[in-house]
Amino acid sequence: MSENTIISFENVSKSYSDGTQVLKDVSFELERGKFYTLLGPSGCGKTTILRLIAGFMEPTEGDIFFNGKKINKVPANERQVNTVFQDYALFPHLNVFENVAFGLRIQKVAEAEIKQRVEEALKFVNLAGYGVREIPEMSGGQRQRVAIARAIVNDPEIILLDEPLSALDLKLRTEMQYELRELQQRLGKTFIFVTHDQEEALAMSDEIFVLNEGNIQQSGTPVDIYDEPINRFVADFIGESNIISGIMVRDFVVSMNGQEFECVDQGLNPNEKVDVVVRPEDLELTSVEKGKLVVTVDSQLFRGVHYELSTYDEAGNEWLVHSLKQADVGAKIGLDFDPEAIHIMRLNETEEDFDKRLESYGAESDEK
Amino acid sequence: MKNKGSVFSLIPYYAWIILFVIAPILLVGYYSLLDLDGNFTFANYKQFFTSVYLKMTLSSFWYAFLITVFSLLISYPAAYLITRLKHKNLWLILIIIPSWINLLLKTYAFIGIFGNKGPINAFFEKIGLGNQQILFTDFSFIFVSVYIFIPFMILPIFNSLDKLNPALMDAAKDLGASRITTFRRVIIPMTMNGIKAGIQAVFIPALSLFMITRLIAGNKVITLGTAIEQQFLVTQNWGMGSTIAVFLIIIMFIIMFLTGSKEKGDAQYGKNK
Repeated sequence: MSENTIISFENVSKSYSDGTQVLKDVSFELERGKFYTLLGPSGCGKTTILRLIAGFMEPTEGDIFFNGKKINKVPANERQVNTVFQDYALFPHLNVFENVAFGLRIQKVAEAEIKQRVEEALKFVNLAGYGVREIPEMSGGQRQRVAIARAIVNDPEIILLDEPLSALDLKLRTEMQYELRELQQRLGKTFIFVTHDQEEALAMSDEIFVLNEGNIQQSGTPVDIYDEPINRFVADFIGESNIISGIMVRDFVVSMNGQEFECVDQGLNPNEKVDVVVRPEDLELTSVEKGKLVVTVDSQLFRGVHYELSTYDEAGNEWLVHSLKQADVGAKIGLDFDPEAIHIMRLNETEEDFDKRLESYGAESDEK
Repeated sequence: MKNKGSVFSLIPYYAWIILFVIAPILLVGYYSLLDLDGNFTFANYKQFFTSVYLKMTLSSFWYAFLITVFSLLISYPAAYLITRLKHKNLWLILIIIPSWINLLLKTYAFIGIFGNKGPINAFFEKIGLGNQQILFTDFSFIFVSVYIFIPFMILPIFNSLDKLNPALMDAAKDLGASRITTFRRVIIPMTMNGIKAGIQAVFIPALSLFMITRLIAGNKVITLGTAIEQQFLVTQNWGMGSTIAVFLIIIMFIIMFLTGSKEKGDAQYGKNK
């Protein structure tokens, strides 16, 4: 455990009394001052991790460490962690100022200091002067900020955010993404953000943990996870992708539907069955003659920034294409892509093996 | 013109209000200004401000206050417990059901239980405490009244507790509040409307109790309720009875006003806003 580790989970499992297991032997370490995102579909265990860190739950097995100290049984009110709840959970009987001051009043902080710190926190979230407002008078976005101010005013080491943007409309959500990211960088605190929205995760995080069915599927920077998903689940959950079964014929050559393609992956067993990922934006429209793939355009949607084409090859595989160019529905077109656009995923590969394999590419290309 | 339908549909309501609410109050006011011979007088009001009636008012207040306090002390924890049970609606019904039984019947049941030959005295004699006078004491009066009023206190408190968003309790804990602090700073203030409604539902009827007072407390406890009964049925002094009733009505309005809940933000307290 390094000096910089603030939270670490060691083989943590959580089951409910009815036998359902929501976390299965999860281990990870979080570093101080970074923006982490726990990403996954509902029921994947991401909120459970958050509640374990906040102290609303105890792990069934395994240990949780905070600054190197085991905190399994430390109750929530004694942890230096504050939460921004999904529905904000602001106290409706208190005004904005008193909501933010709630934690400080419990710590019996002097009145003058409370006043100063609350006003500072409100200024931080751009709500200076809103102290006397009642909660029902505030809009969704403003309530969101009050909830954030209420968390940061206590100067916690970690701030947990439980899908705090899900109740906001799209425009406000995007705005708040920028604000949250900026706030985290200004405060320099550890943020742990829970969401099922992959765009949010990609936009804000230093590191993303993708969870499914109580397991961490993959962790890494947004770019790593987007470009090098470990398996079908991650590739499908993060962004849109074309996932086709293939066979790794030999190093640098993969075969899909009997057609061989050049790729940059190596070190797999010859003729191993693999999943092949090609992102829709890496596919380029071209003439039938020039295309590596020949497909028929099935439908076309205008998405604003690009056209989204649903196309089918002769074997019946769907290829989603994001293109700036328009195509005719029903026409045959060619699709072109670089060898780098192909990403090979081994079936049932652990994250450890996957990381080793990726590192080995780097090492070899360095030797060249 | 387009409101014609709603005007007609309101007629039964207004008729009811005029016949059974406003007219009786006016009649009570009118009778309170008459003396025994039917002459117009303010003597009844003058008499009310003598020590006998003021003492009676005070003692009424005192008993109603005790009944309300004990009901609240029992009902709040009970309601809190019920909201945390698995089959909370079933438990609530079990508490509500006794309030459907006729009041007189329940009162007589207590006369049997507390009486000299009742089970409690039989038990006292068995363990060598001897026969005790339980009936016709302050204790038995308050005990039976509290028993009868508990459902009316539990119901509004239960409703306000049940509406509490559990995330607020988590939020309080997250911000460093212990269980007691959470209770004091979040749960109590947010269920204040339920508490006030419960106090209204208990204090006001308790102020004018007369049947339980007569049957359980005998002539030991004299409240405004028993005084009114006495003036009307025994002394036949309708004027004085009405005067006491007028003051009772005024007191009720004052209490309603004091415990009246501010509507502001009430809906926001709930889970389903």
